[in-house]
Amino acid sequence: MNMTKHTISVLVNNQPGVLQRVAGLFGRRGFNIDSITVGESEEQGLSRMVIVTTGDENTLEQVQKQLYKIIDVIKVVDLSSNPMVARELALIKVNAEPAMRPEILGVVDTFRAAVVDIGPHSLIVQAVGSSDKIDAITELLKPYGIRELTRTGVTAMIRGSQK
Amino acid sequence: MSIQNPTKVLKEELREKLLRPDVISGSESLLRCLLLEGVECVFGYPGGAVLYIYDAMHGNPDFHHLLTRHEQGAIHAADGYARSTGKVGVCIATSGPGATNLVTGIATAYMDSVPLVVITGNVATAAIGTDAFQEADIVGITMPITKQSYLVRKAEDLPRIIHEAFHIANTGRKGPVLIDIPKDVSAQMAVFQAPGPVAIRGYNPTVEPNKLQVDKMLRAIEESERPVILAGGGVVYSDASEELIEFVNKTNIPITTTLLGLGGFPSGHPLWMGMPGMHGTYTANKAIQNADLLISIGARFDDRVTMKLDGFAPKAKIVHIDIDPAEIGKNVKTDIPVVGSVKEVLKQANPKAKRAQSDEWVEHIQQMKEAHPLRYKDSETALKPQYVVELINDTTKGEAIVTTDVGQHQMWVAQYYKFKNPRSWVTSGGLGTMGFGFPSAIGAQMGNPDKLVVSINGDGGMQMCSQELAICAINNIPVKIVVINNQVLGMVRQWQEIIYDNRYSHIDLAGSPDFVKLAEAYGVKGLRAANKAEAQAAWQEALNTPGPVLVEFVVEKYENVYPMVTQGNTIDEMIMGDSE
Repeated sequence: MNMTKHTISVLVNNQPGVLQRVAGLFGRRGFNIDSITVGESEEQGLSRMVIVTTGDENTLEQVQKQLYKIIDVIKVVDLSSNPMVARELALIKVNAEPAMRPEILGVVDTFRAAVVDIGPHSLIVQAVGSSDKIDAITELLKPYGIRELTRTGVTAMIRGSQK
Repeated sequence: MSIQNPTKVLKEELREKLLRPDVISGSESLLRCLLLEGVECVFGYPGGAVLYIYDAMHGNPDFHHLLTRHEQGAIHAADGYARSTGKVGVCIATSGPGATNLVTGIATAYMDSVPLVVITGNVATAAIGTDAFQEADIVGITMPITKQSYLVRKAEDLPRIIHEAFHIANTGRKGPVLIDIPKDVSAQMAVFQAPGPVAIRGYNPTVEPNKLQVDKMLRAIEESERPVILAGGGVVYSDASEELIEFVNKTNIPITTTLLGLGGFPSGHPLWMGMPGMHGTYTANKAIQNADLLISIGARFDDRVTMKLDGFAPKAKIVHIDIDPAEIGKNVKTDIPVVGSVKEVLKQANPKAKRAQSDEWVEHIQQMKEAHPLRYKDSETALKPQYVVELINDTTKGEAIVTTDVGQHQMWVAQYYKFKNPRSWVTSGGLGTMGFGFPSAIGAQMGNPDKLVVSINGDGGMQMCSQELAICAINNIPVKIVVINNQVLGMVRQWQEIIYDNRYSHIDLAGSPDFVKLAEAYGVKGLRAANKAEAQAAWQEALNTPGPVLVEFVVEKYENVYPMVTQGNTIDEMIMGDSE
């Protein structure tokens, strides 16, 4: 079977426990979650989750159908079957003695990332982009010593006027 | 209370009284809403967190509550009520242990798509999350086994929530809905406002099928030479038996009914082949394996039906009719999916349905049925369990409501009781819950006061909920309770014999009570039979005795259920055992 990454957007009623219902479903049915993000949507009372999952076409179909069985789920869209914009944000606290800073800033500039905090011995780099881009900058910053890394997970939507 | 309690259509007078915008407590609002939903009887058990609710019941002549002896008994009774009537079953328990005692029953109903509304109390809102006395996160615990659940925050939300819960439980693919009511909410005063129409944005089950898909199915039937129908619980749940009979008659397709489908199609019909799967009939299993078209109608290709999946129905084009789109393609690759209620699909299909080219196939099926009927080696000395089921079948003419527990006796009833009517068969199929058989019969009897209800149990399962004998006795609920006693956990023993090389591990039920005395201890008449003559006499006496009776049949210990397909094999690789 052909295992691929899928990005799914799930519009849900903003009810207590709805995240638990969705996450529980993935766990229970053996679907995997690479990342999950939740936040308000364009409509009051509704939240949108963006879930990245890995699996074959059958699994993807089951994921969507099972999600629809949750009463608080209103719409499920397989974003990755469309042209989409997918972005993730990462904060990377990297060791940075004053002497090393110019070199690190070079990496930051190349990735159009930003330095959002400077401490005596470290910097916090904020990077926004595709997951691949975040992986790449993380890789490049590793030699300087990453003290802490936090990533939001992917949020995404379909390009153009299609909703 | 009397079990003759009326299935009254709410009298207009009462309805008006219930709808009045009085300032009432959450508890009174709950009772009013249940009555407005047409609830005839609630099964429950009180406790600290539901004291306001039980206080509201006190002296309320319109509200009927049956006190069980265990919360598990209450929910299985509600389940039996729902399966046998088609109405929503309702039960109530307190917080913490009361609520967790319902978990098995909720899972049982969820697996078999049974509509229940389960009401639990919880600690007061302010105490939630503090590990308060008798606190349990029952909404969290039951999330994977409920169709929907609610934690009620305000008394004024109750009417809407209850109305939604009944709607969700009994539409689409049916299932249990839990409503958790904190103690302060049950006490809170609010102006009662009757619920408006249900509007749930994310919930809109597909009932009407896609016409093109139905036409595709009909074309496939016309072209087929070896078609088979596999009918399941969906036929019963959507009240589609008549439509199914018409469909089978028009298309001339042999039909097999799953465990939960039994009764959905009359067993006396010449095209009926019995049950398929692990303990299915020779004919049903062979027919599926040789079919060129398999039409699943309201069945979900459970592993006990399909056994080894990649050898299941290898030659067949698969049509799958189901109200739950998630079932289609879940286990078996489907060629023609039809999403919709079984009843609506068949109603749409019947006027256009044409006969399959199945004359030769039907003749072949009839030959198989004659050559390989269900059979067992009868004995003149020992009492055979299959004989007991046949005796019950013959004397009740296949028309009783029969509930079972889980295990060998369940399979023998499924094989040897010849069900004629839908909703006359109550058994835990998906979850396989021991302890279900007896309390579910109490619920079935409450819902069908004028019908004969027979509860058939093993000696193991009977001991899992035997405390409910008390409520049969005290309310004179006339269930005929059968205990098929082989003194072992028979199905486990059978597996240990066949698969584990006679290594019998912890299956001996020595030390079980004298079931006759147990019944008598509760004030229920008890009878025992150990041979055919005694069996006939005792059973006749039970039928002739008004009120509840327990009959213990002491049967052959080493009897096996055949045919049997062991795991890893396809359904035509049957062990026929000593039956052939």
